[in-house]
Amino acid sequence: MTLASLFAQADGGVNVAQNVGFYIIAAGMLWAAFRVVSTKNVVHAALWLVVVLGGIAAQYILAAAEFVAISQVLVYIGAVMVLFLFGIMLTRATIGADTDVFNKGWAVGIPVALLVFGVLAYVTIDFTEDSLLVDPTEEQIAATTTAISDGYLGPYLVPLIAVSFVLLAAAIGAIVLARKD
Amino acid sequence: MWAFNFLLLSAALFSIGVFGVIARRNAVMVLMSIELILNSVNLNLIAFALMNNSIDGHVFALFVIAVAAAEVGVGLAMVLMIYRNRRSISLDELSEMKG
Amino acid sequence: MSRAPMLLAVEGPVGEVSGWFLENAWLIPVIPAVAFFGILLFGKKLPRGGSELGIASMVAALVLAAGATYQWIDGLAAHKKAAGNYEVEPVIRDIVWWQSNPFEFGLGQHIDGLAIALLLLVAFISTLVQVYSTEYVAGDRRYTHFFAALTLFSAGMLAMVLAPNMVQLILGWEIMGLCSFMLIGHWWEERANSEAALKAFFTVRVGDMGLLVGTAMLLGIFGTLDIKEINELAAAGEFDSKNMLMWTAVALFIACIGKSGQFPLHTWLPDAMAGPTPVSSLLHSSTMVVAGVFLVARLYPVFHVGLDINVAGQQFNLIAVIGAITIIIAALLAFVQDDIKKVLAYSTVSQLGYMMLGLGVGAWTGAVFHIFTHAFFKCCLFLVAGSISHTASHHSFDMKKDMGGIWRKMPVSFGAWMISTFALCGVPFFSGFFSKDEIIDSAKHFEYTTLWVVSVVGAGLTAAYMTRATYLTWFGTPRGGAAHFMGVEHDTHGEVHEHSAHPHEAEHADAHLPDHTDDAHDTHGHDDHGHDDHHAPHGKPLPFAPHDSPWKITAPILLLAILAIGSGYLNAPALGIYWFEHQTESSIGLPIDHGDEHGEEGGDHSGEEDEHEEGAAVTELALGTGTFVAAEGGDGHEYEAPGEFAVPAPPTFTWRNAIWPGLTLVAVLFGVALLLSRAVFGGEKNPASRFVGLTKRNKAAGGIHSFLVNKYQLDNLYENGIVHAVAHPIAKAAYWVNQNIIDGIVNAVGKGGKRSGDALYKYVDQGLVDNAVNLSGTAASEGGHALQPVQSGKVNQYGALLFGAAAVGAILLIILNA
Repeated sequence: MTLASLFAQADGGVNVAQNVGFYIIAAGMLWAAFRVVSTKNVVHAALWLVVVLGGIAAQYILAAAEFVAISQVLVYIGAVMVLFLFGIMLTRATIGADTDVFNKGWAVGIPVALLVFGVLAYVTIDFTEDSLLVDPTEEQIAATTTAISDGYLGPYLVPLIAVSFVLLAAAIGAIVLARKD
Repeated sequence: MWAFNFLLLSAALFSIGVFGVIARRNAVMVLMSIELILNSVNLNLIAFALMNNSIDGHVFALFVIAVAAAEVGVGLAMVLMIYRNRRSISLDELSEMKG
Repeated sequence: MSRAPMLLAVEGPVGEVSGWFLENAWLIPVIPAVAFFGILLFGKKLPRGGSELGIASMVAALVLAAGATYQWIDGLAAHKKAAGNYEVEPVIRDIVWWQSNPFEFGLGQHIDGLAIALLLLVAFISTLVQVYSTEYVAGDRRYTHFFAALTLFSAGMLAMVLAPNMVQLILGWEIMGLCSFMLIGHWWEERANSEAALKAFFTVRVGDMGLLVGTAMLLGIFGTLDIKEINELAAAGEFDSKNMLMWTAVALFIACIGKSGQFPLHTWLPDAMAGPTPVSSLLHSSTMVVAGVFLVARLYPVFHVGLDINVAGQQFNLIAVIGAITIIIAALLAFVQDDIKKVLAYSTVSQLGYMMLGLGVGAWTGAVFHIFTHAFFKCCLFLVAGSISHTASHHSFDMKKDMGGIWRKMPVSFGAWMISTFALCGVPFFSGFFSKDEIIDSAKHFEYTTLWVVSVVGAGLTAAYMTRATYLTWFGTPRGGAAHFMGVEHDTHGEVHEHSAHPHEAEHADAHLPDHTDDAHDTHGHDDHGHDDHHAPHGKPLPFAPHDSPWKITAPILLLAILAIGSGYLNAPALGIYWFEHQTESSIGLPIDHGDEHGEEGGDHSGEEDEHEEGAAVTELALGTGTFVAAEGGDGHEYEAPGEFAVPAPPTFTWRNAIWPGLTLVAVLFGVALLLSRAVFGGEKNPASRFVGLTKRNKAAGGIHSFLVNKYQLDNLYENGIVHAVAHPIAKAAYWVNQNIIDGIVNAVGKGGKRSGDALYKYVDQGLVDNAVNLSGTAASEGGHALQPVQSGKVNQYGALLFGAAAVGAILLIILNA
């Protein structure tokens, strides 16, 4: 695997910018994700999580999924993070460094995580081998959002309704659980 | 770009999330780790959509986002309730399910 | 076969009327709708709590409606002069509200004679009721919300009346349903009121299923929801299946049954009297409940064709039969009510039955005119009932406990009541006579003999129960609150005011209590002065009615009483006046069949008035001319009616028909009821005295009485029969499944386990060496103990196990697939 092959494209060309972007963002995300699970400060963990989520949004854009990227930013970075921060504040978790971040059996996590990663990586490489991604054409990219909406109001209408009920039930459930009575 | 780039990144994120779920004490942190896992799944879906040149992956990713939002809402509400009842959200102290 | 009806439609150009008010009639519902939001948002900050906004919007709507009415009459007169007939196109305007391929759903207006009549009626009555309400609910804690709901209600009704398509009609219909719920439950703190509101809402909702189904079927049959198009297509017979149309009409009529309180869904209407009296007056007598009748009138071709109305040889059809049953059933129930508002409520149900009967026998004009006249006199009766309760009986509506003998003190209310009662009973030259007589006459004339008999009996019953109610309310000895009002007794003063719904009034009474009680002790029994004192602050009493309600209450009552007489003369066949009929006849949607010879006369309609003057023999021919052969023959799947449906022309009025047997029966029953009332309630000796206490002495009579008091057990039927029959068996079945099947399985498993255990013990355990047993026991125990730490209760460990196991499982799969 030469360095050039790292940037290879399906059409034979080399799109360095896309690949460089991917690797830089991926490295940042991995580091941030590691900090999320390892930092002693809960608020810092939440902020590192923002970096991971933002990175994922960026990866979506690299993968020509702008609509999902925007949704990611709106829902995760906009709404879910606020929820997390509220959760942290309301549960009066130690804002500063926590003395005892990990539970007693934390060491089990390392082999399990490595095992999971090993399996996934093996399956992934075994599955894709050395195939290359084909970049979508501009027309396809332009039509993505239309296609998504057609999908939602077409074949996926019933799942959409089901998911909206899930959201409704979750909202009601959250209120019922969290209110003081 | 190699087809497995996104998938490997997703696998790494997934594993880190798994580690977080297993290792952290704070219930909120466990929820954050679950978010990591869900996001890695989403990344996979988008990557598959790109590989198969199909829109279904996007649609499913959006579904996952919606369900994840619901999950966070309910999860945090439960954490709040646990905190209110026990003044602690340390998972070490929660062992009512002990058999 | 003559094409007489079509000739009428074809000859002469179909006229157009125009004018600013007609073009912009859509503003009429929009103004109250906007006012609703205004009241809701700013009402509490306004000096009069938002009522001024409500009244202003209703006055504006009234002015617009009056302008539209004027232009309609004007345009129609011009057209009559030019073309010689009354065939005028409705003024239709609409905008596309939303579009769903290939259908467009619009909002807009459909102005024709029917819409004009009802717009004017609704706007007028709403205005009066709002004025009345400013006094009646003064000081109420939800004063602002009351006016908001009242205004939105009017907006809903007006929007429905204007509807150019079924979607807007449903919109208005449902707004009314919602508002009636809010208004009936206005005093929801009392459980009975909130239950009545729920009952009204749900009962009407049962009917509304029919409306939705019927509308969907209309869309399926005609491919449009536009009312005008639907009517034209139905009238022209352009539909595939007569059966489908019949079921559509049935479904739509179910909605009307619910909304208009027809049997068997009438039970909500009397309960709805739990709301404030202005609400009863506006919603449950004169406007909302006629929505069902309006729907039938609006889509008349659908019902007429679908249900074979006026088909020769058809004695019955659904609408007429339901109407007839309702007339009798409700009239009988009105006899056993002690609550004055409930008497009026049942009377309303009964009169709605007349309207339905009229539509069912083809007397479209009579039925619509009855809507018109009934609204005035019934509204007036309700407002008088409210006036009594407000002023005389201390917020009680119980005729037996708190009324009687008050006619002297409330001359305006009394006069208005008597006029309206006469109108309701159909006394000649009052408005109800002209409309009701036309319905009854048509039933006879169009050969619905059975239904005609029923309607005549109903008219007699109406006279009788109104006599009873009138006697109990106004004559005899004053009782309870009324006695206090009349100054007969005084000791109930403080107690009565505890029930006062008006805080300010109660305060006032307290403030005056000291000198008042002194007064009472001094001049026992003649203390009018004290009451003047007490009631004066409601408003400036009219000079000629020293003890009557304040002007905000009496003025609407007076106006309505005048109209209870006057409105009848818009269409008085007895006097040769057919004005209302001509104004609205283009709304029927079907040509009017004036009989063969008139059709052949072609365009000679200058003598139209003469037709009505001619003998009964002429119009007798209106039926059986073969016009309906197509309707009869087309029962097959391919329905190809040539479009020859027509409503027969109204019968000619003759005094002979009116007096015998209708008026005679009314008079006789009036006399009987009067005698009975005096004997039973007044304790007077007269020929009817031996019937006193009949219900107690005679078992059969007592049984009938309690059957009536229990409202034919219909409520019980719905409650126990339907609600329980549906809910109970399901619960029971679930319980049975739970008890027998699931428990059975569990028990069987348990028993099986026990048996096998027994067997094991007997043969294996006893048979094997103890060591082996101990070994296996130890192994199981140790295994359990070894696995016990897994069940730590720690979520993290569960997570580790989950992901670890998943990974191991995945590895296994990979190896197996490799």
